Amino acid sequence: MAIHEPQGNWWQPLSKDEKIWFILALVWMLVSFLYMPIQHFIGVQNPPSESYRVSAEDFEALIEAQEEKYTVGEENGFPVVRPNPDEPVYLKASMWEWTPVLELEKDKTYKIHLSSVDLVHGFSIQPINLNLMVIPGIDYVVNLKPTSSGDFRILCNEFCGLGHHTMVGKINVI
Amino acid sequence: MSFEKRTCEISGLEIEKNSESMIKLNMATAIIFFAIGGAAGLLVLLTRWPAIHLLPVEWYYRWLTAHGLLALLVWIIFFEVALVHFGSVTLLKSRLAVPILSKITYGLMLGGTLLVVVMVLGGQADVLFTSYVPLQAHPLYYLGIILFAVGSLIAFIHFFINAVVAKKEGEYKRTLPMVSFGIMAASIIGIMSIAHGAAIYIPTFLWSLGIIETIDPSAYRLVWWGLGHTSQQINVCMMVACWYGIAAFLFKAKPASEKLCRSAFVLYILFINVASEHHLLVDPVFSTWHKIVNTSYVMHLAVLASMIHAFAVPASIEMGLRKQGYNNGLFEWLKKAPWGNPAFSATFISIVLFGFLGGTTGVIFGTEQFSIIRHNTWAITGHFHGTVVAGTTIAFMGMAYFLIPVFFKRDLIMPGVAKLQPFVYGTGITILSITMMAAGTFGVPRRHWDYNFSDAPFGYQFDSTVDIFMGLVGIGGLIAVVGGAMFVFVTLGSIFKGNKRA
Ligand code: HEM
Ligand SMILES: [Cu+2]
Ligand SMILES: [Cu+2]
Repeated sequence: MAIHEPQGNWWQPLSKDEKIWFILALVWMLVSFLYMPIQHFIGVQNPPSESYRVSAEDFEALIEAQEEKYTVGEENGFPVVRPNPDEPVYLKASMWEWTPVLELEKDKTYKIHLSSVDLVHGFSIQPINLNLMVIPGIDYVVNLKPTSSGDFRILCNEFCGLGHHTMVGKINVI
Repeated sequence: MSFEKRTCEISGLEIEKNSESMIKLNMATAIIFFAIGGAAGLLVLLTRWPAIHLLPVEWYYRWLTAHGLLALLVWIIFFEVALVHFGSVTLLKSRLAVPILSKITYGLMLGGTLLVVVMVLGGQADVLFTSYVPLQAHPLYYLGIILFAVGSLIAFIHFFINAVVAKKEGEYKRTLPMVSFGIMAASIIGIMSIAHGAAIYIPTFLWSLGIIETIDPSAYRLVWWGLGHTSQQINVCMMVACWYGIAAFLFKAKPASEKLCRSAFVLYILFINVASEHHLLVDPVFSTWHKIVNTSYVMHLAVLASMIHAFAVPASIEMGLRKQGYNNGLFEWLKKAPWGNPAFSATFISIVLFGFLGGTTGVIFGTEQFSIIRHNTWAITGHFHGTVVAGTTIAFMGMAYFLIPVFFKRDLIMPGVAKLQPFVYGTGITILSITMMAAGTFGVPRRHWDYNFSDAPFGYQFDSTVDIFMGLVGIGGLIAVVGGAMFVFVTLGSIFKGNKRA
């Protein structure tokens, strides 16, 4: 019994049932263990892994320079930026805004640099439901190729203080 | 060695005096905090239910912090301290080696809890239970967590002191009984997780005092999850030990192969800690290979261990019941199982729900490809209400129904309510968990006060089916709250008012 010390030699070979189950479990584990790395190389739905250190001041400067160069309008108090697909694109998280509003062209690939200038935030594009962490001091590089046009929202899905629920940004794909 | 003890007539266990009072104290304290944590869960639930939206924003986050801490940390770990005593003293027919250590544990954990609760509800720690830097709480909040952790560290170390003393005094010869072995594995994992805890909370405490200038937010997340994830494996290990224990007490069930089951516990010890990076799959900084080795290769060896237990426990129950004569056909044993005994039904429900609700979703969400479409959505909250609530909490409920008559020498009150309780709670949590996952599939964030985004610069409307899921989470949650309240009434009622046995 499991509540008493086992008597005699308990280091016995497994019974047939146990062997079958163990082998089935092991095979299943091997399959699901291989699934993730294989998908990483053949699949398209993988978290990016390119990142660099960047200070808040440097990142702010990059955001400002981008705004000066590429602003095409304004929406609800936010600059609308239409970046060049051949250049890096910057998107800033801060309490409690995503700046700027990005205007991207369908089927073009952009290198988007995400960073936060204060707390940890959560980058969550809806309605496609793609989620990444945004960490202060880190520039996270995401290759993004919009494949459908329309309005997308960026929610914040990591708690970042009492205004967390108001932190919604926008991406327009044209 | 002679010491003061009595023989329990229900279980045949020999119960030593010092450990008895500590087991009673820790169990009762755990249940009281379960009640408060559950009430906090109710407030949070009613806030996220769009039709009610109960709390104002700051109180939503405060009660959410309190719910996470009281339920996940305080209820669970106080109960585990009772189990540490049970596994290292009662099951070894031994004595509590250093009674003062148990008292220090209790004092530190209770003091730490009170400090944390005062800070959180006093509005000095609006950081949620993960407290990701650079969010900052009052230094006393971190101090409270540290006191609590030191208390539980002492309890886990005490396991080994007790076990060594019992061996010296000849209470067991070669190895621990399997249930104690599982609790030992949990204690080892406990010590490992608190090492991570020290590595992160002590610097953070110093930072909140202004002694350390900055804490790297990425490094914080890595080390914090070394604590946060590893400590979940304490819970899994303790839960599995309870499964084996209840099977043995009720059915004299014997694990078919001690060798396989013990090896499975060793797999937990070796591999679970490193799997913690599945919380960081969509973080920058960590390389792809780092993530693959950590969460794919290593994690599955721990899952393999769960698969072994998931076979061994039901198989041993089946063999026990077949020995009692329920031997017709494939499933007579299952039909004739004592469904009216809440210790059994809770254990069975815990096994099934942990496997199908918590375990499977954990393996799925733990891949890079799924993490990117589920991370920080409500699907994650749904997943861990399937593990730590449907699995661990319900297993502990079953254990509580068994241990209360043994240790308090009182009968359970309201047996009719007790009989239904695991089913009500299990049903509620199942609905809550599944519908949270469904809402998360559409991107509904966790830890979010207003999923209608009415104060945001850009509005957003989720797919309209999400409204149905939000309502169903509310209904499932209410059923769970009723089930939780039934548990609290029956157990606390029995502890204080149950019929006394001689
Ligand atoms: C009466 C039963 C329960 C109900 C109705 C309930 C409900 C909830 C709800 C609605 C949330 C909020 C999710 C959000 O807004 O993002 C939540 C979070 C949580 N619950 Fe529960 N819960 C219950 C029991 C438990 C138990 C027993 C535990 C632990 C053993 C637990 C652990 C947690 C944790 C760790 C969180 C996450 C907190 C955070 O994101 O910071 N819950 N629960
Ligand atoms: Cu944010
Ligand atoms: Cu946020």
